[in-house]
Amino acid sequence: MQILINLGYLVASVLFIYGIKGMTTPKTAVRGNQLSAIGMLVAVIAALLDHNVVHFTWIIIGVLIGAGIGAYIAKKVAMTDMPEMVAALNGVGGGASLLVAAANYLESQKLAEMGKFVATYDWSVAVILSILIGAVTLTGSFVAVGKLKGKIGDAKNVKLFKWIVKLSLLTLIAGTVYFAAVNPLDSDLLIAGMIVLCLVLGICLVMPIGGADMPVVVSLLNSYSGLAGAAAGFVLGNNGLIITGSLVGASGIILTSIMCKAMNRSLTNVLFGGSMAATAGVSKSENDAFYEGKVKFSSADELAMLLDGAQKVVFVPGYGLAVAQAQHATRELANMLEARGTDVKYAIHPVAGRMPGHMNVLLAEAEVPYDQLVEMDSINPEFAQTDVAIVLGANDVVNPAAAKDPASPIYGMPILDVHNARTVVVVKRGLSPGFAGIPNELFIRENALMVSGDAKKVLQETISALKDL
Amino acid sequence: MEMFIMSLTIFVLAVFVGVEVINKVPPTLHTPLMSGTNAISGIVVVGAILSSGGSEHTTVLSTILGVAAIVLATINIVAGFMVTDRMLNMFKKK
Repeated sequence: MQILINLGYLVASVLFIYGIKGMTTPKTAVRGNQLSAIGMLVAVIAALLDHNVVHFTWIIIGVLIGAGIGAYIAKKVAMTDMPEMVAALNGVGGGASLLVAAANYLESQKLAEMGKFVATYDWSVAVILSILIGAVTLTGSFVAVGKLKGKIGDAKNVKLFKWIVKLSLLTLIAGTVYFAAVNPLDSDLLIAGMIVLCLVLGICLVMPIGGADMPVVVSLLNSYSGLAGAAAGFVLGNNGLIITGSLVGASGIILTSIMCKAMNRSLTNVLFGGSMAATAGVSKSENDAFYEGKVKFSSADELAMLLDGAQKVVFVPGYGLAVAQAQHATRELANMLEARGTDVKYAIHPVAGRMPGHMNVLLAEAEVPYDQLVEMDSINPEFAQTDVAIVLGANDVVNPAAAKDPASPIYGMPILDVHNARTVVVVKRGLSPGFAGIPNELFIRENALMVSGDAKKVLQETISALKDL
Repeated sequence: MEMFIMSLTIFVLAVFVGVEVINKVPPTLHTPLMSGTNAISGIVVVGAILSSGGSEHTTVLSTILGVAAIVLATINIVAGFMVTDRMLNMFKKK
């Protein structure tokens, strides 16, 4: 029977790999996701067949409650809230791993009493690791949710948090050595203390990180949630958990490094460098002085006229677009232009949304065909042939200073070269700085026009103006 | 220790498989990739089930922790797969 169960875990792991492989094209992705879900079913059935499972009542109750809550939130969540949703789910997964490690610890005590278990060094370390990663993922993720929602602001005393982190880590190492070396199965209090310590550690690790860096943090916590599962696999000696956990861990790490590259920052700088805006921001008066009298303001009517004569139009959506709920208006305008024979594309910066690929999802929801969504490296050479580039709610990712001003705090960050387009129209509610807290010299360029107002409203006005032309 | 080395071997090899497969996922699908892998990390439900099955070595407390873990892991699995499906279907339709 045990052989069959282990084969079941292997089948599940293979299905997961095939499932992720399916994600390589949008066409096969739905099927891939279903394969993964089947893999999960196989793994659960294999677990239920284990000889350690004698009563099913509690399991069924637990699954029903979890499935009910899960289905409810999956149906209800808005696409703009995906980063919060994924962050919260990371946390929930980390919490589950933490609980599994704690439960296993208690069971091992009982098993040892029965003479069927002897604690080893590697088991002890695995238990602590599992608790550490699980707990950090749990609390860290919920702090990230708070920051994404804007309920938790950027921390002022970064140094204090760093200090707590260092202290916690030292205590943790000392605790682990004591735990492994002395009497692992007689340390209830120590384990409880370690759990609390790791929960605090999770909070203090994420608190000092700026709200703008949350895409990196969410990706990293995604990785942790996988590693937490793998660590639980080490504790239980379960290969299915180890394989699956490491797959997720790898995925999160890759996304994290993509995000870091897109912001031209190292992971250490994001994690320990404090908030970007806090160090580099300009005051409001400096900001006003920068733009004073140099910005050319325009209107929706003028935008419509520009678009009327354009052969190639590129939309540059930023998170502001999603905030204004202007995806559908954008799509409507794009449809109209296409019907008139204009070439329409969307330029997507890797950090355009608030998590990797977020903007693509938001535009897909508005039924923008995915082949019109062009990545930064492919679209940049095309801007020189673009008649009108429309920047919607994006700021730092189109700031030319990042490319040529070594003094700029965002120098080196890859940007969309919209300034190369014949005309750049920036639709924005005001001249306030973006996440980096610096003014944008694009707005005072010769070929830039500013249409102030809510993106959705401006686009709707442009659509009706275009109809009247 | 032998078991640990075995586990570690599997872990390292699986990380390599993961990197190979995931590097091929296009940026367009990174959000669904994240929510999908998130659902997969709910695999820890396996451990939770083993703790809640009422075997002779479980205690009241370990069962409570196990059941709580099942609830959390199932939320992760069900919400993760469903929301991924929701997103991917938006990409499918033209």
